[in-house]
Amino acid sequence: MSFDPYEHMNPDIVAVPKSGIRKFFDVAATMPGAISLGVGEPDFVTPYHIRNAAINSLLDGETAYTSNWGLLSLREEIARYLQDRYRLSYDPAKEILVTVGASEGIDLSLRALISPGDEVLIPEPSYVSYAPGVIFAGGKPVPVPTSEQNSFVLTPEAIESAITPRSRVVIMPYPNNPTGAVIGREMLQRLRGVFVKHDLVVISDEIYSELTYSEQGHVSLATLPEMRERTIVLNGFSKSFAMTGWRIGYLCAPAAFADVMCKIHQYTILCAPRQAQVAAVEALRQGREDGYADVLRMRESYDQRRRLMVKSFRDMGLSCFEPLGAFYVFPGIQKTGLPSEEFCQRLLREKKVVTVPGTAFGASGEGHIRCSYATSLAKLSEALDRMAAFVNGLLA
Amino acid sequence: MQNLQMELLHLLQEDCRLPLEKLAVMTGASVEAVAEVIDDMEKRGVILRYSPVINWDKTDRERVEAMVEVRVTPQRDQGFDAIAERIYRFDEVKSVYLMSGAYDLLLLVEAHTLKELAFFVSAKLSTLETVTGTATHFVLKRYKSDGVVFEGKNDDKRLVVTA
Repeated sequence: MSFDPYEHMNPDIVAVPKSGIRKFFDVAATMPGAISLGVGEPDFVTPYHIRNAAINSLLDGETAYTSNWGLLSLREEIARYLQDRYRLSYDPAKEILVTVGASEGIDLSLRALISPGDEVLIPEPSYVSYAPGVIFAGGKPVPVPTSEQNSFVLTPEAIESAITPRSRVVIMPYPNNPTGAVIGREMLQRLRGVFVKHDLVVISDEIYSELTYSEQGHVSLATLPEMRERTIVLNGFSKSFAMTGWRIGYLCAPAAFADVMCKIHQYTILCAPRQAQVAAVEALRQGREDGYADVLRMRESYDQRRRLMVKSFRDMGLSCFEPLGAFYVFPGIQKTGLPSEEFCQRLLREKKVVTVPGTAFGASGEGHIRCSYATSLAKLSEALDRMAAFVNGLLA
Repeated sequence: MQNLQMELLHLLQEDCRLPLEKLAVMTGASVEAVAEVIDDMEKRGVILRYSPVINWDKTDRERVEAMVEVRVTPQRDQGFDAIAERIYRFDEVKSVYLMSGAYDLLLLVEAHTLKELAFFVSAKLSTLETVTGTATHFVLKRYKSDGVVFEGKNDDKRLVVTA
């Protein structure tokens, strides 16, 4: 009898599908002249003064573990930053945990909150890691579709209809990847009633909080009455300071939650990399002094490209919801008659432009494609020209 | 208006060939408003010229550059302005700065050959009546100028597709 590794693994985990993004990667990576609008990270390099701080810390021999919670100086900077920017108050000693990217925050919060069989409500389309994370933690992901009609924002009606007695947790992914949707104070107020009524705990993934283009700016769910006590706020440095590869983020939650999540973190990760923590301190300290010039400079540039993208897709005759957050547009391609996946595959083969089918972010993403504008203006313009020719051919 | 001005300046500094229509879309202003603001900035001398950043080392042109420190005697009523003007009128002089410290004016001087540049400093510059001394430093290599890195890799290190 031969040894079968699959018989020795957890079938629930083996059954989790690989990300739909992967197959595009394999084709595109070997295609010369391809322009990628499929990249989910900033096109900026981490500002030099931040990199320099990490280099200096290495030269100074700062190579040891930090506290499980992260450097106190970093937690203090985070507390000040959250207060300044979003009116959030968290105690750096007990309520802020420095994590290996906001990704670790997703994992920690799901593992801390979920008991076997608990249901987690996930608005879709949304980031690809939530549903697998819920399964890894022994829970059951329950997708709650959002639509272009509702600006891709979760509505109280949609969530009410998905709630069962097993519902325990809801994920709030705003500003949203892949749609670019943001959620305003008014809608948060309405949702708050549902969260409280059904005694749900909310994981609010606010990693794109600095990249919002509305006048209201980002509103953190935890600033609403009665929400702080039942919300875990996730954030990090990847998008705001172009620090994706550093893997540095944080979570904020009332002490009891934070303490239990820190226990998982302590036994599995120990601490986030020290150099990334030192770099993050520099990012926030300098930001406090210069009014977050790094962030504003990058945001201005994204905002310019965002406007260009929306206009270009509308000029192509496609429906294009105006995204007010993150660095993605999510145009509708229903008019072309092609399903998302086929549209993206043909666009790649025929015009060498990489996009990601909306279905990679949940079934309700069908009929849309995700285009990242975290790419140079020159490449973006070229890609838009190629896409216009492609769409023209389809609509002719 | 002030914001639009700054935003347009940033965009044009990166690429002054962006068409008005695109500038309008990217800033969220109308084409007319963008044209008006740019026009106004040209008139007021905020925008002086639209010129490319050129790496002459990659061309066949023979060229020598030097930074020249100049000490001068300031003139009554005119300070340094008159002598600065006497100097910047020479075609060889590409930039002139009034400096604090050990010398007064700093020039960027350009010529076709070393000999020509040396001749300029000794025969034309040093002989000006208010010039009391010069020190010439030849430029060996230009790494970065006006915020543009001349030789350095700038490739995209990101994966092609990520979530």
